[in-house]
Amino acid sequence: MDISAINPVLLVASLMVAATPILLAAIGELVVERAGVLNLGVEGMMIIGAISGFAIAVETGSPLLGFIASAIGGAMLSLLFVFLTQVVLANQVASGLALTLFGLGLSALMGQRYVGVRPPQTAHLDIPFLSDMPVLGPILFSHDPILYLSIAIVASIWAVLKYTRAGLILRAVGENHDAAHALGYKVVRIRIMAIMFGGACAGLGGAYISLVRVPQWTEGMTAGVGWIALALVVFASWKPWRVLLGAYLFGGVTVVQLNLQAAGVAIPVEYLAMSPYLITIIVLVILSKDKSSAPASLGRIFHASH
Amino acid sequence: MTTPLLSLQGLTKAYPGVIANNNVSFDIGEGEVHALLGENGAGKSTLVKMIYGLVKPDSGQMLLRGQPFAPAEPRAARTDGVAMVFQHFSLFDALNVAENIALGMETPPPMRDLAAKIREVSEAYGLPLDPYRTVGDLSAGERQRVEIIRCLLQDPKLLIMDEPTSVLTPQEVEILFQTLQKLRAEGTSILYISHKLEEIRTLCDHATVLRLGENVGECTPADTTASEMAELMVGSSLKVPERAGKELGDVALDISGLSVPSPSAFGTALKNVHLSVRKGEVLGIGGVAGNGQDELLAVLSGETLTEADAVKLDGQPVGRLGPTQRRKLGLLSAPEERLGHAAAPDMSLTENAMLTGSVREGLETGGFLKWGEAEAFAEKIIKEFDVRTPGPDNAARSLSGGNLQKFVVGREVLQRPGVLVINQPTWGVDASAAASIRQAILDLAAGGAAVVCISQDLDELMEISDRFAALNEGRLSTPRDASGLTVEEIGLMMGGAHGMEVAHV
Repeated sequence: MDISAINPVLLVASLMVAATPILLAAIGELVVERAGVLNLGVEGMMIIGAISGFAIAVETGSPLLGFIASAIGGAMLSLLFVFLTQVVLANQVASGLALTLFGLGLSALMGQRYVGVRPPQTAHLDIPFLSDMPVLGPILFSHDPILYLSIAIVASIWAVLKYTRAGLILRAVGENHDAAHALGYKVVRIRIMAIMFGGACAGLGGAYISLVRVPQWTEGMTAGVGWIALALVVFASWKPWRVLLGAYLFGGVTVVQLNLQAAGVAIPVEYLAMSPYLITIIVLVILSKDKSSAPASLGRIFHASH
Repeated sequence: MTTPLLSLQGLTKAYPGVIANNNVSFDIGEGEVHALLGENGAGKSTLVKMIYGLVKPDSGQMLLRGQPFAPAEPRAARTDGVAMVFQHFSLFDALNVAENIALGMETPPPMRDLAAKIREVSEAYGLPLDPYRTVGDLSAGERQRVEIIRCLLQDPKLLIMDEPTSVLTPQEVEILFQTLQKLRAEGTSILYISHKLEEIRTLCDHATVLRLGENVGECTPADTTASEMAELMVGSSLKVPERAGKELGDVALDISGLSVPSPSAFGTALKNVHLSVRKGEVLGIGGVAGNGQDELLAVLSGETLTEADAVKLDGQPVGRLGPTQRRKLGLLSAPEERLGHAAAPDMSLTENAMLTGSVREGLETGGFLKWGEAEAFAEKIIKEFDVRTPGPDNAARSLSGGNLQKFVVGREVLQRPGVLVINQPTWGVDASAAASIRQAILDLAAGGAAVVCISQDLDELMEISDRFAALNEGRLSTPRDASGLTVEEIGLMMGGAHGMEVAHV
């Protein structure tokens, strides 16, 4: 057992990488839920994003095109959810579960040719002076662009929800869709856009796993990350910065426990493996004790009966 | 004559199975308060939705200051100076006042300027509001202010108000009327929808009456009596409930020394309540909402259990018995909340008839339900109480408030109760339905049943009760004969004097 073998700087750098897929999926789902829609298909959209991004990156040799394709793939799958819940007004919970199952199956089919293939490597930021700084360099200035993008998305979602009229309308639709309709806002159109944004973010998150974190394709490789993201949104009280905090906390504990396992700490592996889930939930439950609550129209079906 | 502000010409709108508006025409003048009168389901709401752009008319046209006016959506109507205060508030509980107001505006200024403007306008019209408070924490009256201020900030030419006073206390109504009069003085026209005739007589310059979707007449409210307007609305003369002279029988329901702690954080505890009702008697219980009415009903119906001796039915202790056992003994109740308490909204009328009728009407044997007889029972209620619905298979939710209320009351009355406890029997019900419900209660009492009627409508209580008592902070005043009670005496009973004489100077 040798805990001193764990390098704290590399630990922080790798926890950010571990957290990014969850962060991307969760911030997308946050927007969806703020618009009053509960999409339980995050896992399905992530895995579709993982394989579409992987396939396009391999075929074109460009990780960037891969990431773009993953966002499109996730958004396309979310269109199925849009059709079920916004057009034929099906139950959102059942539709979301179906979306996950469908996505897992479809991705396995799409990915048959890609098992064992290595994807092109995603370039990392390399700024001559900054990236070479001792501690800050590896943590702040030598990641891949998608990681920075994920943080930028969180910041802009926060700003849009708090300071802009578009954000206010989105929150209004999630809060009381009947009232929003009575004021003349296009509830269904706004929700469709939110759902597609959520799908694109989940797709990006999935591709981050298959192109950066693991870099390879295996069936079912998202392994429940979509569900963690869903839980994270709830425990983060639908607040963007708390989603970031929760995702990094989860990523951090995951990386620490892997390091501890490697260092041979005398704690049974099962306890270490469950620790990220436990610690994240406990911290966020404590944080969410204030009066913030779910969007009031969350999961309710809207029908303009006029 | 000058061009009217808004002229409606032959507006027609049909929904599958029902014509909501049939060839409706009328004019609203500049600076006029125009009343739109009609019973529930007369087509008032559909008509204003057309003016506000939420619904498109099938035929007919509207002219705004002589120009064709056909708003495709509320946004267009707002741009043209039409604003609306909704019957069920269109507010967002989790957002603050300023955000709610910004959502109803086309081009809201930045939040800080908007907040200042809200303060300024709300104080100018005597409706003070804090722009940063969360709407979910406001009272019904304050929420309505938010809606009104939202409209006023857009400088409307026409303000539509859909049943604005149904949620307000009398004091709040007075403030609202002052505001509306101020608006009229500034030249704003108001389309005021209501079925409260006295309000319309005090406030409105002109009235249009709708019945079954058609314009059946216009009048000047100040020169027309309330009963004339009611007749226009209903289409026949209103029957005032008649009470037969009757002899009272033995004590049917007796409560003595009942104290019950509050069932929830927002409830009221009942404190040392005494009451007794004799066969053939109607006991009216008044009081401002939230002073223990719901708790008293729960104690009588059996939803809240008490000491066995605290509630006695025909001399037997029933305090430990639940609602079904009490029903078996003849103690029936009809709670206030129609959707969710008195009726299950998504179940059919047959199923709702089964829910309370199974015991006394013998609708089940050995745990098996007799659907045929339940349907017959539901049909009987529909027929005898003139419930307007296509049939007993319709969901309770699909009925209008007044019709569902008739069904709920009829369901209990037809089970021949020994004692009937009823809370707010005519809440949200139009004039003719209310009159028939009151008549049914009086007929029931004339047939020898004891009735406890809890209501906030004092006129109603004076019309039907033999004796009157008031609830105040969970205490019940000593019941007194209703005939000869003056308004001041009633006020004192409600205000918590508890029998103490106020010094007369």
